[in-house]
Amino acid sequence: MSSLLLAAIGIGIFLLGYRYYSRFIADRIFRLDPNFVTPAHKYKDGVDFVPTNKFVLWGHHYSSVAGAAPIIGPAIAVYWGWLPAVIWVVVGTVFAAGVHDFGTLVLSVRNKGQSVGTLADKLIGKRAKVLFLFIILILVLMVNAVFAWAIANLFVNFPATILSIFIQIPLAVWIGYSVYKRKGNMLIPSIIALAVMYGSAILATKVPALQVDLVKWFGGEETTVMFGLNGVSMAFFVWIIVLMVYVYIASTLPVWKLLQPRDYINSHQLVLGLVILYLGVLFMNPEITAPATNPNADISMFPLLFITIACGAISGFHGLVSSGTSSKQLNNETEARFVGYLGAVGEGMLALLAIIAVTTLFATGADFSAAYSSFAAASSGGLGNFILGAGQLATGVLIPADIASTIVAVIVISFAATSLDTSVRLMRYIIAELGSEYNLPVLTKAHVATTIAVVTSAALVLLPQGPKGFGSGGYLLWPLFGTSNQLLAGISLLLISIWLKNQGRNFMPTFIPMVFLLFMTIWAMGKQVIFEWSGIGTVDTSILLFIFGAAILGFAIWVIIEALAVLSKKQGPTDINKSA
Amino acid sequence: MVDRNWSFKRLIELYDEIISHPHKTEIKRELRDEDDIFLLLCFSELLGIPNPVSYYTLELYPTILERFHDWHLRMGMEKSPLEGIRCC
Repeated sequence: MSSLLLAAIGIGIFLLGYRYYSRFIADRIFRLDPNFVTPAHKYKDGVDFVPTNKFVLWGHHYSSVAGAAPIIGPAIAVYWGWLPAVIWVVVGTVFAAGVHDFGTLVLSVRNKGQSVGTLADKLIGKRAKVLFLFIILILVLMVNAVFAWAIANLFVNFPATILSIFIQIPLAVWIGYSVYKRKGNMLIPSIIALAVMYGSAILATKVPALQVDLVKWFGGEETTVMFGLNGVSMAFFVWIIVLMVYVYIASTLPVWKLLQPRDYINSHQLVLGLVILYLGVLFMNPEITAPATNPNADISMFPLLFITIACGAISGFHGLVSSGTSSKQLNNETEARFVGYLGAVGEGMLALLAIIAVTTLFATGADFSAAYSSFAAASSGGLGNFILGAGQLATGVLIPADIASTIVAVIVISFAATSLDTSVRLMRYIIAELGSEYNLPVLTKAHVATTIAVVTSAALVLLPQGPKGFGSGGYLLWPLFGTSNQLLAGISLLLISIWLKNQGRNFMPTFIPMVFLLFMTIWAMGKQVIFEWSGIGTVDTSILLFIFGAAILGFAIWVIIEALAVLSKKQGPTDINKSA
Repeated sequence: MVDRNWSFKRLIELYDEIISHPHKTEIKRELRDEDDIFLLLCFSELLGIPNPVSYYTLELYPTILERFHDWHLRMGMEKSPLEGIRCC
C-alpha cells in the first residue's frame, strides 16, 4: 500500500472528525457559549490567566502534549501489523482523545480554570483526589523509568547523538539567561542553537572520534567490565546514572533557566521534524512493506494494542495540560474545540507518521517480520526502527539517511529528556503534596522529594532484566506506562461525564470511551498480573511488574467503583455547576 | 491583494509568538515573584505583617549598636534615648 494514500486517509478522517463530530460535541453536548466569560478574562493577571490568540494557544498546547510517547507506542504496536495500529490511532483520536482533550479543557474553563485533580476533589470527593494523586504518581514514575531507558537505549545505539544532546544543555541555559536578563527576542538565539546542535550531529555522524560509544569503550558486548556486567549493561548503567544526575539538577532549577528554553528549542524541532517527514512522505511516497496484520503474533493484540499506543490514540496526560495551563488562557469558550480537539488531532498525526516511518523502513515484508519477530523484539527495537525509518523518509527531501537518522534521534532524545525533566519535577510536587496530606513535613522539602523521585526512578529502570542484560529491560515497563496513562484519561472522562450528567445532558460521548479504556486496562492488567507476572502462568515471574501491575489494577477497580457510586446517585446540579 | 512581505513577516511573528508564549509566562511569573518579595520586604510592617527580615537583621545589632552609641553622644545625649536599644 502507498504510504501517501494511508497518510491522506488518516488525515482525511481526522479532519472529518474535527468538522462533524467535534461540532456535534461542541453544540449538542458541551453547548459552548460564545458569551461565557472565560477564566482568562475573569481572573486576568498577565501571568497565568491571559486571553490568548487561538492559534498561539493551539501551538503551545500541541507542543506541550507532543513528545516521544506518540512515537514509541506506534513503533512497537505495528508488531500486530500496520492496520490495527492505524485503526486504533484514527478511531481513538476522533472518538476518544479529541473528546477527552476538548472535554477537560471545557470542564476546566467552566470551573475557574481549575485542574483535573482539584475538580476530582470537588466532583467526587477527597478519596478521588488521593486516588488521582496516586495514579499520577505511578504515571510519572513510569515516565521517568521508560524515558530514561529510551534515552539510554538511543545513546547506546546512536552514539553520534550524544554530542549534540549535551551541547543543547548549555545552549538552553544561554537562551534562558539572554532572554531573562536582556529581554531579547528568542527566535534568533534558538535558531542559532538548532544550527549548532544539528551541525554537531552531522559532524559526529561523519567523525567517529566525536561519538561517545560507551559499549566500545567498555570492550563490546562480550567483555565483562565489572560486577559481572558486560559492555552493554555497563553502558546502560552509566547512561542511566548520568541521566538521573542530570534530571536531579534540571528539575530543581527554576523553570525558566533550563526547562523552558529546552522546550522552546524542542518546539522548533517538532515543527521541523513533522514538516521534513511529511514532505518526505509526499515526495517519496514509499511503499508500506510491512504486513497489514500479523497472524503469527506471540501475544494477542487484544487488549495489549490498546495500551501499547496510549499517546497518539488517547492519553490522560493531555488532560493535565488542558486543565492546567490551556484552560487559563482560552480567549473564548467556543475556541476550546479548535485548541483541544485539534491538539489531539496533531498528536494523532505524529503517531500516524511514526507508523509510516516504521512500516516503510524494510525492503520486504519478510525483513519486517524478522525485525519484529516477537513482542519483546518489537518493544526493544521499535524506537530504533522509527529513527532509521524516519531517516529514510528524510532522503525524500535530499537529506542523507545517516545524517537524518542522527538528527531524528536527537529530536526524539530531546523530547524524551524534556518529558523526563518535567515528570521528575511533577513527581517531586506530588510527593510534597502527599507529604502534606499525610502530615510528613520532611517530604515537602524540595531536595528530599527530588531524591526520592530520582532514586525510585533509577531503581525501577535498572531492575528489569532485558535480553541485553542489566538495565536494558526498561521497555518491559511500557505497558504499565500505557495503562497508567489510560487510567488517568479514564478518570478525566469520568469527571466530564459526571459534570454532564449533573447538567442533565447526554454523557455517552465521554462515558463510552471511559468504559472502553477501563475495560482494556483491567483486561490487560488482569491478564498480565495474574497469568504472567505472578508466577501462576508459564512465563517467568517478575515481582516488580507484579507489584506495579497489581497497583494499577487496584486503582482501575477503584475508579470504577467511584464512577458507579457517583453516576448511580440521583441528584440535581451541585454547587460547582451553579458557578459554571 | 495581500502584501507578500507583510504576510510572511506576520507568519514568522505568529510562529515566534506560539513558541515563545510559555517561556514569556515563566519569565513574567519569575519577575512577579521577585516583585512580591521586594514589596513584602519593604512595606510589610506598614501593613501590619511581621517582617521576616527582622529575624536576620538581628545579626547586625552589634555593629549598629556602636554606631548608635556614637551618634547619641554626638547629638549631646548622655544616655540612649530609645528604650529598645541599650548601648549604655
